[in-house]
Amino acid sequence: MEHLTNHNKHRCLSLLVMNNAGVLSRISGLFSRRGYNIDALTVGTTEDEQISRITITVSGDDKVIEQIIKQLYKLVDVIKIVELEKGQAIRRELVYIKVKADDTNRNKIVAICNLFRANVVDVAPESLILEIVGPASKIDAFFEMIKPFGIIEFVRSGATGLQRGKRSVHESK
Amino acid sequence: MLASKLILKCLEDENVEVIFGYPGGALLPLYEAMRESPIRHILVRNEQAAPHYASGYARVSGRTGVCLATSGPGATNLVTGIATAYLDSIPLVVLTGQVNRDLIGTDAFQEADITGATEPFTKHSYLVKDASQLPRIIKEAFYIASTGRPGPVLIDIPRDVQEENLRNIDRNPDMNIPGYKPNYKGHTGQIRRAIRKIKQSKRPVIYAGGGVKLSYAENELLAFAEANQIPVITTMMGIGCFPEDHPLYCGIVGSHGYDYSNAIMEEADLCICVAARMSDRGVAGTQKDIEKMELIHIDIDPAEIGKNIENTEIPIVGDARTVLLDLLKRDLNTDTSRWLTRISAIKDEIPLLFHQSLENGLANPKLFFEQLSTVASEDAILFADVGLNQIWAALYYHIYGKRRYFTSGGLGTMGYSIPASAGAAVALGNEAGNEAEDGNKRQIYCVCGDGSFQMSLAELAVISQLGLNINILLFTNTKLGMVRQLQHDTYGKDHYSGTDLNFEIDFMKLAQAYGIPSFRASTTEDAVTAAQKAAAIQGPTIVQIDVDKDFLRI
Repeated sequence: MEHLTNHNKHRCLSLLVMNNAGVLSRISGLFSRRGYNIDALTVGTTEDEQISRITITVSGDDKVIEQIIKQLYKLVDVIKIVELEKGQAIRRELVYIKVKADDTNRNKIVAICNLFRANVVDVAPESLILEIVGPASKIDAFFEMIKPFGIIEFVRSGATGLQRGKRSVHESK
Repeated sequence: MLASKLILKCLEDENVEVIFGYPGGALLPLYEAMRESPIRHILVRNEQAAPHYASGYARVSGRTGVCLATSGPGATNLVTGIATAYLDSIPLVVLTGQVNRDLIGTDAFQEADITGATEPFTKHSYLVKDASQLPRIIKEAFYIASTGRPGPVLIDIPRDVQEENLRNIDRNPDMNIPGYKPNYKGHTGQIRRAIRKIKQSKRPVIYAGGGVKLSYAENELLAFAEANQIPVITTMMGIGCFPEDHPLYCGIVGSHGYDYSNAIMEEADLCICVAARMSDRGVAGTQKDIEKMELIHIDIDPAEIGKNIENTEIPIVGDARTVLLDLLKRDLNTDTSRWLTRISAIKDEIPLLFHQSLENGLANPKLFFEQLSTVASEDAILFADVGLNQIWAALYYHIYGKRRYFTSGGLGTMGYSIPASAGAAVALGNEAGNEAEDGNKRQIYCVCGDGSFQMSLAELAVISQLGLNINILLFTNTKLGMVRQLQHDTYGKDHYSGTDLNFEIDFMKLAQAYGIPSFRASTTEDAVTAAQKAAAIQGPTIVQIDVDKDFLRI
């Protein structure tokens, strides 16, 4: 199970895009045809209903990221791109993990959850579903602790985030 | 007003004079409205040709070309032509019919997702779901296609949208495209740095691309090169952006360029790249040299800077013409006399080798183009197809004055030259019935081989029907010469595979069937004479030139 995040290679871009039909396929198409890898992608509405916000986690060095940003800007539907850089932005991810659990170890798992401020959202005779929100490092650490109990399946939302401070993305350089 | 009429009115507002199209079920309302529109419709014979017509039209008129096809197969037939225009940055607005809105997504008859299919090679595209948006969409499409780095924009219009009836329509809505703000003016700081760099340089070259022609910066390029005595090398797309009879002209670079041009690139210490992509073919053989020298890259598309060559010292994002005008404002006091002396020596050391001896006496296409250059009119336009014919014409037909050379340089689409030259002829009014206007129409040559000719020969009907004044120069050897040469070079002698057409077509009879006067020549001398005879005829002509099947080297 490959759940570990390589923090050095992964970069996070936050895009404001016109909420037009096909915008997501234009963006994902651009990544595939130019050979860039998308590690995660989240989309949602914004305070302006005509505009959506997409957060993309990609891997690549500075040259690749620069070219990705330039190519994305060529799409008429893309309005603004900022990089959510560590320190200057908050980046969080939501993860659900279904783990094997019975009467013998359920309490141990719940104790770990408390340490990580994770929630138990489903309890069944032979399993639990755990919910955790946090930056990649915290999620990786949580996985390490839960793994020995036997992970049945998990889902990661992909990172999303905002730049710190008062300024909005519109005002960023 | 019916939306179908509104579409045509909006096109009129954009000064559209002609549409190259092919009808179909999903376009019935639009074609019905077209009966009363002043916009001219030219019925092509295969949708595949329609974008090339529009492209040829755009190239010589400086306007946005418009083509039209129905849903499904009509639309998918446009795909190659759209990609061709995208790679060469040609402004097109492509209109397609689509099935009714409630049928979209049901695999209905003649349904194809054309916005999806063309997404990788359109500058932008629209699927119209609400007829009231048509004025805004059409206005935006023309604006996006023709500004910044030009390119094709597609508008997909469902049949029932065309049938909507609208009241109180504002044909000139406000246009606000927050994600599209092309930058024309170069950054002053970067221009200052560029000036400093040019002053320090001892051996600068200008590497000029197709963008010089697209931004109509030929005069500014000439003025800048002359003022600072900097030699100019062009890419294939840049052919004709600098006069070939000028002492500062240094040929064509790249995989199919002149050896002497690549040799000059090797010795330069500064490359001033003006509106070129530095594509794989454009830098073939010199990429390592370019990576070693200093590079000033001027391009209106920021994504081109640093994409293919990473060592860009000074990026200048802006329109070639505007940036060159800014550079011209400064006196750079460059002294390149020693460099120019060295360049003359290189030119003497590496001459053009076209005098390939031919024992069988068949025509030598290189000599033919050399000689055609001396007899062609001083403003003749040449459209080359793709293959050996393209390279022969590029290297041996000389462009100066108002002459122009156009080809499918980026995508390399065979079958391009016949419809593209026809579109150009329409743009110039080079057709039957217009003879009286100025008697002597601008000469248009359409160059192709027997491979590329057969890909678009259906369009001869349009050319003949309209009496378009085009001289088709058809080189025949019953081979697909360029790929054959690649097979020879890559795998060795006689490793030919799938490149033998080996079927003699009576092109004279074919021309007769289409009502086009034709000539056949098998020696260089006869070919030049035939081309001159053809040029004297008003209307289309075909000159077939027999070339040795083993005349490989370009």
